[in-house]
Amino acid sequence: MMDTRDSIRPVGPVVIDIENITKDYVMGEEIVHALRGVSLRVHRNEYIAIMGPSGSGKSTLMNMVGCLDTPTSGRYGFNGRNVAEMDDDELAAIRNREIGFVFQTFNLLPRANTLRNVELPLIYAGVDPETREERATQTLIDVGLGDRLHHKPNELSGGQRQRVAIARALVNRPSIILADEPTGNLDSKTGEEIMSLFEDLYRRGNTIILVTHEADIARHARRTVRLRDGLIESDDLMTVPELESMALT
Amino acid sequence: MKRFLYELSESWKIAVAQMRSNMTRSTLTALGVIIGIVAVTLMGTAISGIQVGFDKSMAIFGDDVLYVGQWPWKNVDDWWNYRDRKKIKTEYAEGLNRMIAMTPNSNLAIAIPTSSVYRSVKYMDSEVNNVLIRGTVSDYIITSTFDFKEGRFFNELESRGGANVCVIGYDVADALFPSASPIDKSVLINGQPFKVVGVISRQGSFLGLFSLDSIVVIPLPAFQKYFTAKSEAEILVKVKDKTKLADAKDELAGLMRHVRGLPPEKKDDFSINEQQALKSTLDPIKNSIAVAGLFITGLSLFVGAIGIMNITFVSVKERTKEIGTRKALGARRRTILLQFLIESTALCLLGGIIGLTFAFLMCFLIGVAFPSFPIHFSSKLVLVSILVSVLTGLISGFAPAWSASRLDPVTALRYE
Ligand SMILES: Nc1ncnc2c1ncn2[C@@H]1O[C@H](COP(=O)(O)OP(=O)(O)OP(=O)(O)O)[C@@H](O)[C@H]1O
Ligand SMILES: [Mg+2]
Repeated sequence: MMDTRDSIRPVGPVVIDIENITKDYVMGEEIVHALRGVSLRVHRNEYIAIMGPSGSGKSTLMNMVGCLDTPTSGRYGFNGRNVAEMDDDELAAIRNREIGFVFQTFNLLPRANTLRNVELPLIYAGVDPETREERATQTLIDVGLGDRLHHKPNELSGGQRQRVAIARALVNRPSIILADEPTGNLDSKTGEEIMSLFEDLYRRGNTIILVTHEADIARHARRTVRLRDGLIESDDLMTVPELESMALT
Repeated sequence: MKRFLYELSESWKIAVAQMRSNMTRSTLTALGVIIGIVAVTLMGTAISGIQVGFDKSMAIFGDDVLYVGQWPWKNVDDWWNYRDRKKIKTEYAEGLNRMIAMTPNSNLAIAIPTSSVYRSVKYMDSEVNNVLIRGTVSDYIITSTFDFKEGRFFNELESRGGANVCVIGYDVADALFPSASPIDKSVLINGQPFKVVGVISRQGSFLGLFSLDSIVVIPLPAFQKYFTAKSEAEILVKVKDKTKLADAKDELAGLMRHVRGLPPEKKDDFSINEQQALKSTLDPIKNSIAVAGLFITGLSLFVGAIGIMNITFVSVKERTKEIGTRKALGARRRTILLQFLIESTALCLLGGIIGLTFAFLMCFLIGVAFPSFPIHFSSKLVLVSILVSVLTGLISGFAPAWSASRLDPVTALRYE
C-alpha cells in the first residue's frame, strides 16, 4: 500500500486542464497582467492549496477555474470540454452542478435563514421543494449545523456562517470545491475546524482547491501551487514523510 | 419548466421579504401607482355608475317607444327655432292610430296621447308638491314597464269617461299614506278629488337626480277638464319590432307631417325622440370624465413607473454582491432578470392593491353619503387595475433587471 517514491502521484481523471492562460485587466491607460501564462492540471480527488503574495493572481486563477471569468488567452478544459465554447447558460449550469464556491466573506443572503441559503443552488438546479429541504437539511447536519436550520446569518458565529457556506457549496454534490481564503475571516481555532471539514470532504473523494497565504492552512493540502506575479513559481506534491506525519496527528 | 416555477416562487419570496424590510420606502415608491390606480378605478366607477344608473332609468321608458314632442331630447344651440313650434296636441294620437290601422305592414303598433303638468297632491293634512300629473288613456300601460305595488291601472271605461280615478307613484303613496293602504282613498289634486285605484311599485330615480316615483296618472278627459293650463303634450308611439326602430321613426315622421299638413319643402316642426337619443347626450359627460381620469392615471403611473425604476436600480446596486454570489451558485441571466422584474412588479402590485382599497373605501363612503347615486365597483375594474399595475411593474423594472442580469459575476462579487 505504501508507495516507495517520495510522493504520491494523483491517478484519477483530469478534471481541470489549464494551458498557458493569461488574464489582462484594462485599467484606463494601464493594463494589469494578472496572469501571465499559467498551466495547471488537476485530477479528481486532489487537494490543492494555492499560495502566493497579495496581488499574485490567486483569486483571478480561482475565478477562472470556477468558470466565473474567461481568460484573455490560453485554453481551459473542464472535464474535457473547452470552456471558451460554452454559452452563458452552460457556464451557469457548470457553476451550479460541478463547482461549489466558498468565499472568504461567506456571502450568505442576509435575509434568508440557514436552510434557505443552502437550498439556493438546488432551486437553480430545479429540484422540487421537498427534496430540496431534505437535502439541505442533511447537508447542514453533515457540517454540524443540524440545530441551526432556522437561524439568520447574523445570528450565527463566523465559523458557523462558513459552515453554512460550505453546506451550500456541497448541497448539489459538485465534483470540485473552490475556496478562496475560507479561513481568512476566522480565528485560527475556528479555521482549524473548517479545515478538518475540508479534510473530511477530501477523504470522501471530493476535489478541493483552496487559496490561502497561511502556511498552517496550506499544510492540510496534498499539493501546493505557489504563484508570483501571475506566474506559477512552484508546484509541489506532499512527500511521503510529510504524509506520514500528517497521519500521526 | 418546473425549474422556472421554482425560480418564480423563490423570486416572489425574495420580493416580498425585500418589500417587508423596506416597508416605508416601498410604500412611498408605490405612491405614484397608488394614485394612478385610485384615479383609474374612480373614473371607471363614475362612468359605469352613470351608465348603470342611466340604463336603469332608461328601462322605465322602454326601448320600443318613440316619443313625439315639441322639443328634441338633447341640448340644442338654437332653442329659439323650437320655441315657436306649434304645440303637440293629444288629438294627434287618434289621427295617427287611424293611419297606422290603414297602413299595411306598418312598423308602428299604437299611439298613446299624454299630457303632463306639475301640481301638488293632498290627502287630509299631508301634501306633496311638484308631482307630475299625467293624463293619458288606459292603453298607456302597454308602453310602460312598471309593476303595481297594489291595485291596478284605470280601465278603458274610466279612461274614456274621464272618471276621477288615479294611479299614484310610490313616493306619493309613501308621503300621503305612510301606514294605511291608499286604495279607494280620495286624494285632492288642484282641489279636485281623485280616487286611488293603483299604486305603482318603486321605479327609482333618473340618475339619482329626480325621482320617477313622484307621479300621478289620471284619465285624459279628466286631465283636460282640470289641468289644461301650461300642460305639455307628448305622443307615445309603440313600435312593433324594436330592431327596425329607424324605419319606424321614418314612418312616424311621415305620418306626423301628414297630421300637421306640412308641404314637402317645409322642415319637420316636431321632434321624434327615443331612449337612444338620451344616451348620446350622456357621451360628452362620460368622455370628459374618461379624458380627465386617463390623464391623471397616465401621469401618476408615469411618475410611479419612474420611481419604481429608480428604486429597482438602487436595489440592484445595493445587492450587486448578492447578484455575484447567486451567479456563482448557478443563477442564469434570466433567473436574475426574473428576480428583479418580479420585485418591481410586486411593488407595483402592492401599490395597485393599496390603490384599489382606497378607491373601494371612497366608493363605499360616497355610497353611504349619497345613497341614491348609483355606485358600481365592478370586478372588471379590479382586474384592469391589477393588470395595469403588473404592466407598469414589468415596464419600469425591465431596464434595471436587464442591467442586473448582464452583470459580470467577478465584478459583482468584488463589489463592496
Ligand atoms: N477586476 C479587476 N480589474 C482590475 N484589476 C484587477 C481586477 N481583478 C484583479 N485585478 C488585479 O489583478 C491582480 C491579481 O489580483 P488577484 O485578486 O488575483 O490577487 P490575489 O492573489 O487574489 O491577491 P490577494 O491575496 O490580495 O487576494 C492584482 O494586481 C489586481 O489589482
Ligand atoms: Mg484574492
